[in-house]
Amino acid sequence: MAEYAHPESLVTTDWVAQHQNDPKVRVVEVDVDTKSYDEGHVPGSIAWAWNTQLSDTVKRDILSKEQFEELMSSSGISPDTTVIIYGDNNNWFAAWALWQMKIYGHADVRLMNGGRKKWLSEGRDLSTEAAKPARTNYKASTTDTSLRSFLPQVQAALAARSSSLVDVRSPAEFTGEILSPPGLPETCQRGGHIPGARSIPWGKAANDDGTFKSADELRALYAGEGIDGAKPVIAYCRIGERSSHTWFVLKYLLGYDKVTNYDGSWTEWGNLVGAAVEKGAAASAAKS
Amino acid sequence: MKAEEFSERTVDVDGWQCRLTSYRLGDVYHCKADNVSPGARLARATGATKEEAETNALKRATELLSRTRRQSV
Repeated sequence: MAEYAHPESLVTTDWVAQHQNDPKVRVVEVDVDTKSYDEGHVPGSIAWAWNTQLSDTVKRDILSKEQFEELMSSSGISPDTTVIIYGDNNNWFAAWALWQMKIYGHADVRLMNGGRKKWLSEGRDLSTEAAKPARTNYKASTTDTSLRSFLPQVQAALAARSSSLVDVRSPAEFTGEILSPPGLPETCQRGGHIPGARSIPWGKAANDDGTFKSADELRALYAGEGIDGAKPVIAYCRIGERSSHTWFVLKYLLGYDKVTNYDGSWTEWGNLVGAAVEKGAAASAAKS
Repeated sequence: MKAEEFSERTVDVDGWQCRLTSYRLGDVYHCKADNVSPGARLARATGATKEEAETNALKRATELLSRTRRQSV
């Protein structure tokens, strides 16, 4: 992992196994719900559910600063805690949690490379006992909105051609052949992609064992679509969790400075009255 | 407890790829079905055997995948 721009943002499954009982470390399994965690999890870890704990459940938004502070406090996390996040789907929802922790300024938060899949496939210890950490009184240090894009910023970037847009959904979602991932409810009125976006599915950044590809492979992958860090990058998907994964890759593994996650993503853009939509395959990178 | 007999295989369901990830925890076999591209989880199931867990997960995944509509592009 040394070749990554910020190798300190990742830990191996070995590292986690060695730090399971480290009081300065809090391991968190993150998924859309806690069903996987309930089956068996990294011993000593706690669980966060994306659908109830990592989003505002009334309005569509990430956690407010106060909600975030409450989650950290109830999770026994202090500002100086090293937080290790892992999850299913090669860390989709784990990356979403890390993105929010970065927004609210947590100093040391890292992903377990390979996520839940690697831990299981290596036959490592699992527990069904839920950890009950002592409550803290967490205060977030900041709210860094530079890591996030809202609709007006995406519209402005599109008009000015000032940023590269990376669509990390599957090719069939990108072209408009399907309106949601196969088997999931359709959540948009129109299929396709934001005009000019490059199609780089999130999974291309991962190896078969769930770990991230090497820095050289990642650099070549994104450069092949004109994404080389020279321009600001806006990543999006359907609801913002897959694009958190790509945001992490671009910002922390490749070290590109200006990368944002547009968490409104296609469930916002694809439902917007009057929004420009491009269908089919994208134009070549050279034309963008 | 450890995950044992961890395996993955991909099957075709109504023209969609479906990945079955199976493993045993104690005496119970678990299976997760996802849609490969992009990899979203469709179903989870358990069974007394790997085949039973896979059949149960695949049944639910098939129900969901069969509802997916292809649009003309």
